[in-house]
Amino acid sequence: MLKSASAGTLESGDIYIEVSPIIEHKIDVKLTSIVAQQFGKRIKQIIIDEIAKRDLNGISVNVVDKGARDCTVKARINAVLNRAMDTEVIKWD
Amino acid sequence: MDKQQEIKNVAQSLNMKPYKKGWNSATHDRSYVPRIELQTQSSKLVDLETAIMKSGLKDGMTISFHHHFREGDKIINMVVDKLAQMGYRDLQLASSSLSDVHAPLIKHIQNGVITRIQTSGLRGELADAISHGLMDNPVIFRSHGGRAAAIENGELHIDVAFLGASSCDYLGNANGYSRSGREKSICGSLGYAKVDAENADKVIILTDNIVTYPNVPVTISEGDVDYIVLVDEVGDASKISSGAIRDTKNPHDILLAETAAKVVEHSGYFYDGFSLQTGSGGASLAVTKYLREAMITKNIKARYALGGITSHMVKLHEEGLIDKLLDVQSFDLVAATSLKNNRFHQQISASTYANPFENGSAINWLDVVILSALEVDTEFNVNVLTGSNGVIRGAIGGHPDTAAGAALSIVVVPLIRGRIPCVVDKVTTLITTGDCVDVVVTDQGVAVNPARPEIEQRLRKAKLPIMSIQELKDKAESVIGKPDSLVFGEKIVGVVTSRDGAVLDTIHQIIDEQI
Amino acid sequence: MNKNRLRRTMMFAPGNNPSMIQDAHIYGADSIMMDLEDSVALAQKDAARLLVYNALKSCNYGNTELVVRVNPLSTPYGMQDIEAVVRAGVHVVRMPKTETAQDVVECDEQITRVERECGREVGSTLIMAAIESALGVVNAYAIATASPRMMGIALGAEDYSANLKTNRSKEGIELLLARQTIVVAARAAGIDALDTVFSDLNDMEGFANEIKLIKQLGFDGKSVINPRQIPIVHNIFAPESQQIEKSLNIIRAMQEATAKGSGVISLKGKMIDRPVLLRAQRTIDLAIASGIISKDELYGYEVENNG
Repeated sequence: MLKSASAGTLESGDIYIEVSPIIEHKIDVKLTSIVAQQFGKRIKQIIIDEIAKRDLNGISVNVVDKGARDCTVKARINAVLNRAMDTEVIKWD
Repeated sequence: MDKQQEIKNVAQSLNMKPYKKGWNSATHDRSYVPRIELQTQSSKLVDLETAIMKSGLKDGMTISFHHHFREGDKIINMVVDKLAQMGYRDLQLASSSLSDVHAPLIKHIQNGVITRIQTSGLRGELADAISHGLMDNPVIFRSHGGRAAAIENGELHIDVAFLGASSCDYLGNANGYSRSGREKSICGSLGYAKVDAENADKVIILTDNIVTYPNVPVTISEGDVDYIVLVDEVGDASKISSGAIRDTKNPHDILLAETAAKVVEHSGYFYDGFSLQTGSGGASLAVTKYLREAMITKNIKARYALGGITSHMVKLHEEGLIDKLLDVQSFDLVAATSLKNNRFHQQISASTYANPFENGSAINWLDVVILSALEVDTEFNVNVLTGSNGVIRGAIGGHPDTAAGAALSIVVVPLIRGRIPCVVDKVTTLITTGDCVDVVVTDQGVAVNPARPEIEQRLRKAKLPIMSIQELKDKAESVIGKPDSLVFGEKIVGVVTSRDGAVLDTIHQIIDEQI
Repeated sequence: MNKNRLRRTMMFAPGNNPSMIQDAHIYGADSIMMDLEDSVALAQKDAARLLVYNALKSCNYGNTELVVRVNPLSTPYGMQDIEAVVRAGVHVVRMPKTETAQDVVECDEQITRVERECGREVGSTLIMAAIESALGVVNAYAIATASPRMMGIALGAEDYSANLKTNRSKEGIELLLARQTIVVAARAAGIDALDTVFSDLNDMEGFANEIKLIKQLGFDGKSVINPRQIPIVHNIFAPESQQIEKSLNIIRAMQEATAKGSGVISLKGKMIDRPVLLRAQRTIDLAIASGIISKDELYGYEVENNG
């Protein structure tokens, strides 16, 4: 069960991510980034990988990146997915 | 023989003219009108359209401007709007630089009024549009010294110079400040404009403050001026120069400035009578503040400071820590006012500042210069013109000039800006060659050019965090990851020249890829 | 884990702020404290925890000690904070508002459980207890000795002075007993004493005066909230040249004794015992960290460190 949720801010170095459930069986990621050319693909991949780890499908992701590093992207996508899935117990890797 | 005949004969034999009564070289007859009244009848004072027509400007010619009014400039847009209105086409615009406020030029370029540009820099929407291929002809980028040399040797021929001034008398004596008390804005030095005034075929001064003759001490002399146009406002005063530039609060900049000051202190060039130039950006500006403490403690005075003069420099000058100021551009109101009032705060032209072909150029007598950068690469090359996304967003300025001339060139740059590495494998655009750059100061380490082992030795002894430029680059990459390469098109949108006018690098059109 | 290291400055970084979390170490502080407690809004506790977890796991902080201030175990967040940061490899867990030895024991037990579950060396995570109330001050020694993980006790002056029903003054007389008690308790327990933050960034002179005071009182270091505060603390904590000279002589005497295979170290006819040796080592460490001397001036000295 997925609900709409968001995490992160628009501050420099951060990344704002919004997720919402969609009917289609796909993971639709829309990314705006201040370093789109240099890191856009990489950021998108991190997000897709984290979603895949949770076996999710039918999800729309809207991303506004202000130059977040990999660790921040990973943190924010996991935060928003936890919120969207109302996760009680976190699985730490 | 009578005297008159003798005079006629002598004149003829010497190939001269005999005196004829009534002939007069002045633009008016010997008149008895009180001069305060007479000067207002100056034939130089005309409206803009008349000035343009009388200047003989034709399609295809080159017009020039200065950038002393920075983001507050109204002159360029005003003049080009008028030229467009008058039906001019195919003009080359040679401004000493261009900024955000010149975005309206985009439509003039689209309409073919302006087809070629020569400048030190581009910013904002105009830069973005040009980076994406707006113009058919590439923009020619020159350093301040390079531009001065090109103008003086004719490589860049200026047909008509349109020069804004904060005060101008009826005969054309113009300044970047005013003693009338009625000025609407001041900019201080008109150093870049002086070269244009002295070399252009025709010079038109635009001012919002006509004053009585003589407007001395003078920057642009009436002998160089053909026409004067009284305009409503040469620019937006608050954007031309603000009050003293406030000290940066950014902790990265503060760390950079402190480290750079320590580098200067221990470099071997910090002696009584040294000379100094700093940039205007947050970190390089603040270096002066930290050096001041060391100067007072060690009883060291500077012979002169050059630039780019800021209120920090003026403060040290007025405290007796810097003997003289050489000013090609006054960065704030304090500097502009000091230029007007302080006897040893001397205005210099861009040519006196940095002409690459003159041994006496002020930059050649600099001990230390502190510069900023967008990128530095592992060969110590510097880029100050294009952002890491390939879009033009800065200016060459005096960067390669000062780096070449100074005994010690220090480039101050954060290791990373957001997720953009500032120490890279290869600069996106080459502006200043690595052989002119001695020390790179970042907020996470200092690298010294291997060509200066004695500097490295001194800095290591002073326990500064020295590492190789390769280590700095690796550090940056390990923190933010390796960026994907930019996608450029075939079209060349910019040509970067070296100081002597040769082609140094090219800027290609940027292609925005969909991710 | 190194209990015995320099802790002159601990740079504060709010846990939900990526820029500050990732860059806190570049300004030269001896440690950084990422905060999940008071500087993080309730609605963002989960997000901040993930930020800190991921930063600890993947960022390179060099030799900087990594501290995380977790939420109290009495809140819904404390347990999850400990789960996350211990797994991520934090060096020190900072407990806020510690009042009794039992508080420490409970925290110790949870950390042990997580260490076992994630395969981390049991005992490798240290604890720093912040004392922020009258009761905490009264129990300072008990708190300092409540667990072998304890590496330091710190003063949290804002909550403490409120608890005393007074307010903070510039000279800080209302904090005197707390400061002295914390130093005494820390010394008796053989751990570090750390002072509270100074928040007025416009009063650098006042800040310097406070540093001189706490150094004289015997503190090992202080929390800082802005990089500008760091060099001021380090300069004031830098040892005098006379002190450095003395310490160098002691260390060299030790090196000579070791070279001769002798178990007894003597200098100018006097025997040098272990506490003196450790103090000399600490002085040299400080001198090196302050940039007064460099490591190569000491050709490989090493004092056995039994914690």
